[in-house]
Amino acid sequence: MGISAFLLFWAAIFTSNILLTNFLGMCSYLSVSKEVGSSLGLGVAVTFVLVFTTALNWLAYQYLLVPFNIVYLEYIVFIIVIAAFVQLLELIVERYAPALYYTLGIFLPLITVNCAIFGVSLFMVIRNYNFLQSIAFGAGSGLGWLLAILMLAGIRAKLKEKLIPAGLRGAGISLIITGIMALAFIGFSGIAPIQ
Amino acid sequence: MLATIFKDIAVLTALSGLLAVILVLAERIFNNYGQCKIGINGKREIEVKGGNNLLASLGEKQIFLPSACGGRGSCGACKCKVTQGGGPLLPTEKPFLSQAELADGIRLSCQVKVKSDLAIQIPDSIFNIRKFAATVAEIVDYTYDIKGITFKLISGETVDFKAGQYVQLLTEPYAKMKQRVSRAYSISSKPEDRDSLQLIIRLVPEGICTTWVHNYLKVGDKVSFTGPYGDFYLRDTQADIFFVAGGSGKAPIKSMLEHLQVVGTTRRMSYFFGARGLRDLYLTEEMFSFEKVFSDFSYIPVLSHAAPEDNWTGRTGYVMPYFQERLRDPANSEAYLCGSPGMIDAVIKGLTALGVPKDKIYFDSFG
Repeated sequence: MGISAFLLFWAAIFTSNILLTNFLGMCSYLSVSKEVGSSLGLGVAVTFVLVFTTALNWLAYQYLLVPFNIVYLEYIVFIIVIAAFVQLLELIVERYAPALYYTLGIFLPLITVNCAIFGVSLFMVIRNYNFLQSIAFGAGSGLGWLLAILMLAGIRAKLKEKLIPAGLRGAGISLIITGIMALAFIGFSGIAPIQ
Repeated sequence: MLATIFKDIAVLTALSGLLAVILVLAERIFNNYGQCKIGINGKREIEVKGGNNLLASLGEKQIFLPSACGGRGSCGACKCKVTQGGGPLLPTEKPFLSQAELADGIRLSCQVKVKSDLAIQIPDSIFNIRKFAATVAEIVDYTYDIKGITFKLISGETVDFKAGQYVQLLTEPYAKMKQRVSRAYSISSKPEDRDSLQLIIRLVPEGICTTWVHNYLKVGDKVSFTGPYGDFYLRDTQADIFFVAGGSGKAPIKSMLEHLQVVGTTRRMSYFFGARGLRDLYLTEEMFSFEKVFSDFSYIPVLSHAAPEDNWTGRTGYVMPYFQERLRDPANSEAYLCGSPGMIDAVIKGLTALGVPKDKIYFDSFG
C-alpha cells in the first residue's frame, strides 16, 4: 500500500467513510443521534479511542501475533485490547479529568462494543498499513464517524417539528436518511480509492 | 502440533493476564477515593468506602432506597435529593427527572458515584425501610399462573406499612441461577397483620424471581426482603373510590379492602377487575363477600377473552365502559389502579374523560 498517511486520513473521512460506506458502528450511531450535544461527545470519544486502539492493535499485531504465528487469533486479541484500553481510559479520565468524564466518559462503555473500532483494526491488517498509516486511518475514520453522526443528529433535530408517518418515526426515518447520505458520499468514492 | 496449541494458548493467556493485572492495579489506584462521609437529612452521618454508587453505599449501611431494577438506571425509583457533592447530572439520569425535580437537585442514586463527602436528603419514611428475614408459611395456587405466598417474619419482628405499599423480595440462588436479584411485589395482606405478609405473584416466563417463587420455593424456606416502599397507598378521605386491577394487580387492592374492613368505612367503593378468561379469575368469592361487609361496595369482574366453555354471563371486553354504572360524583372520586402500563394508561384516559381529577388517580404500574 503506497498511499500516503496524509491522503489516507482525508480519504477515511470523506471517500471511504467508515459509517456511510462500510455501515460500521450503526447501533450507537442510531441510538445516540437524538441530540447534537451527545453526538459530538460520543464522536470525539470514538475518534480518541480509535487513534489509540488502532496504534495498540498495530503493535500487538506486528510484535505479538506475527512473531508468535498466531494471526488467526487476531479477532480475540483485538477485542480484548480494545476492551482493556477503554476500561483503563475510563478509570483515568474519571479520576483526573472529571469535567471531561461527564461530557465524554459516560460514552466510553458504549465504545467497547462499537464495531467501527474493531472494523478499523481489521481493515488496518487486511490492507497492510504501516504504523503511521494506521494512526492516520484511525483518526480519519473517527472523524468520519463523528461527521456522519453529527449530520444525522442535525437532521433529526430538524425532524422533531416535522410530521412523519407513524410507521417511519425513530429508526425507520433515520435509516432512510442515512441511506440518502451514504448515496451522497458514494459520489466521492472515485476520488481517492484506498482499497 | 500439540506444542503449537499450548504455545498459542499460553501467549493468549499471558496477554489477557497482563491486561487483567493492569486493570486491577488501575482500579486500585484510580478508583480509590478513600473513606467518604454521607450526611443524611443533616441528622445522621455514615462513612463508606468511596468508589461505589450511592444506592449501594447506602444499602451497605442498611438504608434502602426503593429500586425496582436493582441499580441499572432503568426504573428511576431510587431518586433522592443530593445537596452537596455528587457531581453534575448524567445523561443517564435525565430521562427520569421532571423539570421540577431537576431544579430541586433530585438525582438517581444508582448513577451518583460516591467520590467525595456528600450531603443528601431522603424522606424520613425511608428510615422505616429495613431488611426483613422471614419464612414461607403458606403457598396457595390462585390460578394456573398466580400464587399467593404468605411469609412469617422470624423472631417476633414486626413490619409497619400502609395498605398498597410494596416490598422488594430478594431471591436465593437456585438451579443454575447463581446471582441474587430483587424484585418488587405489592403486599396483599392487611397492615394490621404486623408479623406476616402475603404477596401475590404471577409466573412470568423466563422471569428470574417468579420462576424461583413458582418452581423452587417451599413452605418453611427462609427468604429476605426489604421494604416497605411506595407512595401508592390508600388516602384517608371521604371520596368515592374506583379500584381497578388486572392479574396480580389484585394484591394492593386486597390489602386496602381488608384494611378498610378493620377500620370500617361508609365510602362508596367499586372494584373493577379485568382478566382474560374465567381461569384468570381468583379470590372471586372473597371479593363479592365485601359487598356484604361494606354499605356501598360493588365487585365487578370483566373478562376480555372469555372462552365459549366459560359460559360467562357477566361483563365482557375492557373495564372502561362500565365505570359509568357506578359513577356518582366524578369530582369527588378517587381511583387506585394496579396493573400493566397499557391497562393503566387506558384506565386513566377513561376516568379523566368521565371527569375524575387526574391528581386523584393513584396507580402502581408493573412496568
